[in-house]
Amino acid sequence: MTKPVQRIARFISALVVSSAVLSSAAMAADDAIAQGKKIAEDRKKGNCLGCHAMGDGVMPGNIGPPLIAMKARYPDKAKLRAQIWDATAANPHTPMPPFGKHGALSDKEIDLITEYVYSL
Amino acid sequence: MRKYLSVLLAASVSLSAGSVTAGNTQDVAELKEYFMKKFPGVEMEALKDGAYALDESLYMQFENIEEFPPWEDFAAKGEEIYNTPFANGKTFASCFGDDVTKIRAKYPHWDSATKKVVTLEGDINKCLTDNGEKPLKGKRGSLAHVSAYIALQARGQKINVVVPDEPEAIAAYEAGKKFFYAKRGQLNLSCADCHVYQAGMNVRSELLSPTVGHVSHFPVWRRKWELADKKNNDGFGTIQRRYDGCNKQVRAKPFKNQGEEYRNLEFFHTSLSNGLEWNGPAYRK
Repeated sequence: MTKPVQRIARFISALVVSSAVLSSAAMAADDAIAQGKKIAEDRKKGNCLGCHAMGDGVMPGNIGPPLIAMKARYPDKAKLRAQIWDATAANPHTPMPPFGKHGALSDKEIDLITEYVYSL
Repeated sequence: MRKYLSVLLAASVSLSAGSVTAGNTQDVAELKEYFMKKFPGVEMEALKDGAYALDESLYMQFENIEEFPPWEDFAAKGEEIYNTPFANGKTFASCFGDDVTKIRAKYPHWDSATKKVVTLEGDINKCLTDNGEKPLKGKRGSLAHVSAYIALQARGQKINVVVPDEPEAIAAYEAGKKFFYAKRGQLNLSCADCHVYQAGMNVRSELLSPTVGHVSHFPVWRRKWELADKKNNDGFGTIQRRYDGCNKQVRAKPFKNQGEEYRNLEFFHTSLSNGLEWNGPAYRK
């Protein structure tokens, strides 16, 4: 191979590798959202539909606000995570369970739920 | 895996800053006013039908079921137990008096001699043990059947729990009130969270009932309990059976049957329906 061809070949393989990395990162993100959706909808886990209209969940409760336009309401994802972790910090009288503080969900589960809810 | 946690946060949230007066009229009056504002168009007396009073289609289904109530045969079993003499020849009437219609409305009450709250189910069993018979165990089955028969005889009478002007009685009432308003369990919910602040709202598809009118229809026949009892399809349960369920639902450890916590709670809780009619037993989902 000539040097320019070598360089092009290297460039193309770098592109292929990086796009594979990028698309696997994108897939991982989608995967986290899908996993988070499952945990959020699980009655024994997040059970978010108990109180919130959320995504395509059927017969949601109406005690909490519907979970839509989340990026507008919580531009900072960490603040959304904190609310899920312990809603009593913002409002001590809230009926929302403190999922993290009371150990109802693991840190990993809360991470995944946050990914899902943030995407709504 | 659910973990039962004992009471985590005992901070009580009270609707009124006022203290208890003899007759505890202030708490009841405030809650009644609160619910009448929350549910315009709903009659106060209708609250004895709980969540069904808040939704027309639910009420129609409830009316249909109560035409041929699923609990009738079991209430009849209760009548049979009530009328069967003990081994020593005495009967329940020896304890409760000859007029069975007068029993339900006396409970729960404060007993100034023993200085504790006395409940109907507690005294049903006291009558048995005082006469050398075995008590009816638990919060369901035969105990609930006898309670159901007694409730049926008193339908239409007014609920009137009195808090006498004695310090221990007032303390018991206040303890029941504190329990009612305290957040508990892993899910951090109080009775008031669902049945005062969120009454009329939906948890998933379930409509939350207001606490005024709660106790009137006990012992309750729950469809859920009926289905869970594979052996007898017996849906009956006492008010303290429901307290157990509520505690478990918020992942809190239930309290002892006829223990001080539940008796004081029943004392406070029943008084919140003062002025409404006893209308037990009744069907609920």
